[in-house]
Order: sequence, then structure tokens, then C-alpha cells
Amino acid sequence: MSAYIIRRVLYAIPILIGVNLITFVLFFVVNTPDDMARMQLGAKRVTPEAIERWKVQHGYDKPLLWNASAGGMATLTDTIFYEKSVRLFAFDFGNADDGRDIAHEIRSRMGPSLALAVPVFIVGIAVNITFALLMAFFRATYLDFWGVVSCVAMMSISALFYIIGGQYLVSKVWHLVPISGFAGGPDAFKFVVLPVLIGVVSGIGAGSRWYRTIFLEEMSRDYVRTARAKGLRESVVLFRHVLKNGMIPILTGAVVVIPMLFLGSLLMESFFGIPGLGSYTIDAIQSQDFAVVRSMVFLGAVLYIVGLLLTDISYTLVDPRVRLA
Amino acid sequence: MPFEPVILWTDALVYVLVIAIAVAVVYVRRHEHLRQPWRRVAHSAPGMVGLVVLAFFVVFGLLDSLHCRARIDDAAGKTSYAVEVSSVLDAVLRPLKVRNEKTYSAPLAYRLFARETIELPDGRQIRAFPRLRYGGAHLKAPEEEWRTDVVRRALAGAAGGFIVWVVAAMLVCAALARARAQSIEQVWRTLTRGDFELPWRSILITLACMLILIGAATVLAAKYHVLGTSKVGEDVLYQALKSIRTALVIGTLTTLVMLPFAILLGIAAGYFKGWADDVIQYVYTTLNSIPAVLLIAAAVLMMQVYVDTHPQLFPSGAERADLRLLFLCAILGVTSWTSLCRLLRGETLKMRELDYIQAAQAFGVSHLRIILRHILPNVMHIVLIAVVMEFSGLVLAEAVLSYVGVGVDPSMISYGTMINAARLEMARDPMVWWSLAAAFVFMFSLVLAANLFADAVRDAFDPRVAIVKPLRLRRARPGAARA
Repeated sequence: MSAYIIRRVLYAIPILIGVNLITFVLFFVVNTPDDMARMQLGAKRVTPEAIERWKVQHGYDKPLLWNASAGGMATLTDTIFYEKSVRLFAFDFGNADDGRDIAHEIRSRMGPSLALAVPVFIVGIAVNITFALLMAFFRATYLDFWGVVSCVAMMSISALFYIIGGQYLVSKVWHLVPISGFAGGPDAFKFVVLPVLIGVVSGIGAGSRWYRTIFLEEMSRDYVRTARAKGLRESVVLFRHVLKNGMIPILTGAVVVIPMLFLGSLLMESFFGIPGLGSYTIDAIQSQDFAVVRSMVFLGAVLYIVGLLLTDISYTLVDPRVRLA
Repeated sequence: MPFEPVILWTDALVYVLVIAIAVAVVYVRRHEHLRQPWRRVAHSAPGMVGLVVLAFFVVFGLLDSLHCRARIDDAAGKTSYAVEVSSVLDAVLRPLKVRNEKTYSAPLAYRLFARETIELPDGRQIRAFPRLRYGGAHLKAPEEEWRTDVVRRALAGAAGGFIVWVVAAMLVCAALARARAQSIEQVWRTLTRGDFELPWRSILITLACMLILIGAATVLAAKYHVLGTSKVGEDVLYQALKSIRTALVIGTLTTLVMLPFAILLGIAAGYFKGWADDVIQYVYTTLNSIPAVLLIAAAVLMMQVYVDTHPQLFPSGAERADLRLLFLCAILGVTSWTSLCRLLRGETLKMRELDYIQAAQAFGVSHLRIILRHILPNVMHIVLIAVVMEFSGLVLAEAVLSYVGVGVDPSMISYGTMINAARLEMARDPMVWWSLAAAFVFMFSLVLAANLFADAVRDAFDPRVAIVKPLRLRRARPGAARA
């Protein structure tokens, strides 16, 4: 097991290097730092001096890959690639365009993101499993049919409408919770409850339909027939046998998402003014702060790989037949 | 010619797609084993309802994909072409496009939404809601006439739509009667009972709803703004109809762009194994590990910089918007091909061990031939399912991306830009709801129709679904449905 984990961690290194190269090419080779400076300064009053000043300020005044003017190791280290890309491996994200330390921002914004993402994740799974089990219990009836149809209908509504509609109804018409904002500690509840609700509701369609398929597939297996042949009641078969076995694909499918919870939800956070990583990313995209976008790309890739690893490990935990070697 | 045809990049690809679909239809019709699953699709009522609705959207989308520039003959006899590129749909909807009001007006309104200072003929000034320039301009005394006029027009339009539907339904019945050598009455009775193999009853009901709605909207649109006007006074119905093409292009061209990569690499990885497999797996894991939104955002931001620094490459605004749309399709394709690639790799891995492939290898058939003749046809159902399932997700993704600011060009009308422009209107008091409502209704019907059709296709082509799908529905009675 530990040998497997070590091998997987080593395997992650080339992938992270690949991610790094892709972002490097995207951000520095397709468009040179000069282009970016021109863009940031505005197209009108650009002088060569202004561009130079901007580049020095942001540390883009070095050669891309190979610094011929420096000696020794500095030919490799005194370059944009080393300063901006290689350092990401040490989680040294550098400064945003407004001069703030990105790593510090990420640390302080993770809390609010998690406060929103974790409840959505847990409540969402519980609600979806409940609906899916109900539909599986009443399978091949009109209840099941209309359940699936409403799932498809709910899937067809854009997340934007769930947010806009929910915010309008609950906050503006009924005045139940504040429209947007965030506060630490127990006060967070009233700010987070509506986004969580919307997050769960918008996920019901796709989630419960998917889980229903899993349960129905599980129900066509031999052990279910055996259980019925023993004379077990349908509800016992469903809730004891099918639910437990159906949890294997559900849990392993959910584990890959867990690390991503740190990144928060782009839409939800920006609509509800929650100062998490999602709104940080969206602000960076809209103000074209490339340093932040680059850091988030790297962070996202790391978390994704952690998620894959966790998925593999969780297979062995929930299903003893699976062995990692 | 009074105009010069213009073929934008996405137009060309749309034509390629239409030709490809036409060829596929002809090919499938000739092969019984390929017709079988499609027959199952045709027998699914939700699927066919979805297809009917989709067909209307596709007609609008195709009309909007035939672009041209108007010819201008100046006094000196020299000919030049207008800068503005417009489509056949623009020509059809010309009245909607040019009849712009000053600012917001509610659906079917005859007055502006905002109060303005009006000067009366006797020189006094009052604050009132001014009449619209076009909406309801034909009414002499709007306070009394408006209601009856709207109802009359709506009914007239609905009646027109209904007549068209009756003709269509008669044609269907006549064709069915001919095919089954029955009287039209008999056919009609079977049809209303819903006893045909093909769900004609559902199809005709959907058709009736669509035609009546379109009829009423057409007649009303001649004199009113059916869905109101936007902040700058543009007709919202026009925007909603123009958005159809953007949504369809994003939903279809993205898969068209990614398909070659996914199929080629997926099958190659599964078939050749070894280092080819390692390399391809590495590529897609790497691409997959970058969060999709961020990869798209990074790529689109970079393209913006590129466009800004190379204005000479993009002669007109329409072409720039079009290339940006195509680029968005390409980058969405890059983020979405990996899942299909992985599926194909897994399936090919299983398939290459099967007897008939082993036999082909033993006979010395070349790799290329084995892949083309034996493997590709046997994984096509996976490709097809992936393509139709992907569509609705991409349409929804466009709206989110445009909201984030990395979607289509801001000058291009799409559901995303409509929502983006309208999201602050909810905070106005009284609320401006019609832009959002229009985007919601159109997007919802498009995506729902696509989802229903995609489900039907998946059920027909996926061998695993058979166990899950009952033949006939029963009344809700727990436990009664034991297999």
C-alpha cells in the first residue's frame, strides 16, 4: 500500500511539470510580457519606458528560459520560467498585481470557501441518495417515471437561474436572509444557508438521476435475487443490501471532488459576496491578474491529483476485493 | 446580385456538420443493423418530443448561419459592400431588428418603462410614461383598445398556427393511412389512443403547441415587442432568437472539433498499448488536472491579449466575434475530449483481446485496417452517446462562461450575454424581469429538448440500459415491480 502511494506521488511529478509547462506556454510564450504590459497599461498612452517599468515591477523583465548574461546556475534561475513557474512547486506563488501575497490570500480565503462547499457536498449527497432510493424503490411506476422527468427538467436549468431566482425569492421578496456578504464564526450561518440550499437544489437533478442508475444496476445483480429468494422484504433488500453496495461507486465518485472543495464555487461565491477562493479567482479573471490565475491553475491541478489518489485508496477501504499493488 | 455571400468560419463548419449528418442518415438507412437502434429512438415518446422542439431551434440556427453582406450602389455607379454582415434570419426578422425603442419596455407594452418629461402641445411639461415609437403605435386610444387588440391578435395568430397544424396532421394521417391501407378515420382513432409504434400522438401534440405559440408570437410581433425591450431598446425576442445559433454552435462544433482527437488517441492508446498508451494517458491526465474553468479562462484571456495586439488580422467585428466563438469551441473541446478518450481506450483494450480481432491479426491484416474495419464501428455507439450527452452541458457552460467574462465576444448575442446584461435588472424597482425570463424559457426548452433526445439515444444504444428500462409502466405500488 505505502509503496503504491509513493509510486503514485512520484507519478504526479511529471503531470505537475506538464501543467506547469502548459501554463507557462499559455501565459508567456503565446503573448510576450510586452503584450501583457501593453494590455494592462491600456492601449492608448503606452511608452516603451512605461512597459519597461511595468515589467520590472512585476518581475517580467528577465529572459524567458535562458539568461545568457548571468553566470553559473543563474543562467537557469534568473529567468521568468524559474521565478514564476518552477517556484510554484514550493507553493511560492509570489504577489498579485495589487502587490498582495497570493499564498496569504489563499490561506485566508480557504475558510469561507470550505464553509460553503462542505455543507453543499455533504447535504447534497444525502439528499440525492434519498431521492435516488425512493425512485429505485418505486421503480417502473409512474412515480419513478415522473421523478426521472423532473430530474431531467431540473438538470436543464442553468445554475445561474437557480442562483438568481433563489436570491431574488428568499432574500429580496421574503427577506429571510441577507442578500450577500459574509461574517466569521456563528454569524456565518445566516450568510451561508441560502447558498447551501441553492447549491443542493441545483445538484438534485443530475445527482439523483445518476445515483438511481447506480442503484438500479445494483438491483439486477445476483445477490439481490438471492436475498429476495431468502424471503427478505423488498425494503430490507433495498436499504440493507443495495444501499450498501451502491455506496461503493457513489463514495468513490465523490472522493475525487473532496480536494476541489477548497477551490470553492466560482458562481456561488461571486453572487453571494463570499470572500472565498472562488470569488478570488473570478475577480482575478475579470481584472486579468495573470499571476493569480496561474497560481490557481497550479493549485487546482495539485488538488485534482490528490483527489485521484484518494479515490484509489478509498476503493480499497470500501471494497476489500480491490488491492493496490 | 444584391448581396455578397459571406462564409464565416463557424458557418463553414456548420455546413460540414449538416453534410456529415445527411451522409450518415443515408448510410444508416441502407443498413438494417444500424437502423434497429434508431428505430428504438423513434419509438421513445420523450425522445421524439425533444426532437420536434430541437428541430424548430435547428431551423432558426441554420437560417442564422447563412451570412451575406448587402451591396451598396452609390451615385457614381461604383459598387461596394456593407461592412455589416447579416444573416437570412436577420432579413426575416428585419422589423424586429430595426424597430428599436429608447430603453426598457415591458412585454407587449405600448408605453416606455421609465418616466420621461414630455412637452405637451400647449407648452406645459409633464412627467409621464411616453408612448413607444413602434410597440402598439397603431393604437389610437391605447387605454381602451390595448387589451382587445392584444387578445385579438394573439387569437388570430394562434388560429393561423392551428390551421397549419391541422394541415400537417392531415398529411401525417393520410400518409399513415396509405402505408397501412386503412381509412383515415381508423388511423385517427389509433392515433388518439396512442397505439402507434411511433409516438405520433405526442409528436402532434408538441407540434400543435409549438405552431400555436409561434403563430401567436408572429402576429403579435408585427405590432408589439412580444418579450419587451432591453436597456438600449432592442427587442428581446430578436435577441433570444439570435442566441439560438450561438448555443447550437457551441453545443455541436465543440464536439466536432474534439471528436478526431478523442477517437484517434483513445483507440490508439487502447490498441497499441505500451508507450503509446503511456504517452496518451499522460497527456489527458495532465489536461484533465487543470480545472476546466481556469484552463478556459487562461486560454481566452491570452487570446484577448493576442487579438488586441494583432488587430490587423481581424478585418471586421463580425469576423472577430466569430473567430472568438470558434476558439471558445476549440478550447471547450480540449477540456472535454478527455472523458470520451478514456472511455474509448477502455473499450478498445477489451476489444483487442476478442477472438475476431485476434483472428484478423493472425491473418496479417494491417493495424490501420483492423482499427477502421473492426474496432471503429464497434465503438461508434460510445461516440454517439457522448456527443448527444455533451450537447446540453455545453449550452449551459456557455452561459456560465459568458457570465464569468471568458465566454463569447460581448458583441455576440448569446444567452450568456443576455443573462449577464440582465442580472443587475433584478435589483431595479419595479423589476425588469423579461430579459431574464426570455433567456430562461428559451434556454430551458432547448436544453430540456436536447436532454430528452439524448436520453432516448443513450437508452437505445447503450447495451447496459436494457436492464434498467422497463417495458410498460405500472401504477405506484411498492414491491410490486419485482423483476
